[in-house]
Amino acid sequence: MTSSNQSIIEVKNLVTHYGDRNILKDINFSVEKGEIRVIMGGSGSGKSTLLNHMLALLTPTSGSIVIDGVDVVNANRKTLLKLRQKMGVAFQGGALFSSMTVGENIKLPLQHHTKLDEHTIDIMTRLKLELMNLAGYEDLMPSELSGGMLKRAGLARAVIMDPKLLFFDEPSAGLDPVTAVELDELILKLRDAMNMTIIVVTHELESAFKIADKITVLFDGEIAITGTVDEIKNSKDIRIQNMINRRARDEHLDADEYIKRLTTGKN
Amino acid sequence: MTFEQKKHLHYQLLALTGEVDLHNSPQVRKQLLDIVESGSSVIVDFSALSYIDSSGIATLVETYNLAKNKQLSLTIVGATGAPLQVMELTHLNKVFPMIDSLDEIKG
Repeated sequence: MTSSNQSIIEVKNLVTHYGDRNILKDINFSVEKGEIRVIMGGSGSGKSTLLNHMLALLTPTSGSIVIDGVDVVNANRKTLLKLRQKMGVAFQGGALFSSMTVGENIKLPLQHHTKLDEHTIDIMTRLKLELMNLAGYEDLMPSELSGGMLKRAGLARAVIMDPKLLFFDEPSAGLDPVTAVELDELILKLRDAMNMTIIVVTHELESAFKIADKITVLFDGEIAITGTVDEIKNSKDIRIQNMINRRARDEHLDADEYIKRLTTGKN
Repeated sequence: MTFEQKKHLHYQLLALTGEVDLHNSPQVRKQLLDIVESGSSVIVDFSALSYIDSSGIATLVETYNLAKNKQLSLTIVGATGAPLQVMELTHLNKVFPMIDSLDEIKG
């Protein structure tokens, strides 16, 4: 292995399938400590699958995934549990428990994984609520919050343990432009103040260009490019240019493959 | 993380070194609350502190509040880098007295 010491995520030759369908085709991907990496790609590009593999929620067909020095494909349950305590995940819809208040949801990881005093836990919870502009919403139920608030509450829970590594799935989806911009600024601040490495999966170009140190673009289960914002903007790859200019992709149609898919349902 | 406590004028000075995190912040909490409970104002020296997480920040908030209720004070000296950024992120730099050096403290 020639992995650099600074890499916190190292994915090598990752191949995955759902049933017979090949989702990720030989993915090589690494992220440095303190980096904000944006993963982009359309629906079905494999970006959510890659995210789920980095969270060790799926088992790959082949290849390796090393996160903060842990081989997640072969790690035992205890090792994974310890690793997950250093990872925060904010899911698209917030994914809060509907039977608990917002505050109870946010402090849950602290109550499960730490022996901190209840006073400390309460103040930590309120600090995160303040940070997410949710001060005073502690005692409300998730069903009483708007979509944007739910997303911020989910982010508050994801960062309550001050994770080294934060995964954020579609932060700006479904948010109004002002709230989306605020969330982008928050992501930048979290990295700077908390030394976090942040992986953001999104299809929002504007947001990606604003926050990313590097962007990885996936097309049909393969990495089309990994580069800085400028490198992406200057890419000669027509698929990247189409993505930036929001043009529908010009599908190459293989007649035989197409008829086969229509008649047999197989790729 | 290590800490060292000594007297500075009529204050107790607690110097933190290294990283304050979820695992060691309860020790810092006990130390700080004990100082204030014993009736002394406290200065926390951040100059050798490389990182403080939110459990550490929460501990400072709790200590500040207890000190305030007892007409005592909590002052931060020498915050730079990541710890200063965390204070700014949480806006506590506008709440806690923050000084650059102990010279600014007059007996």
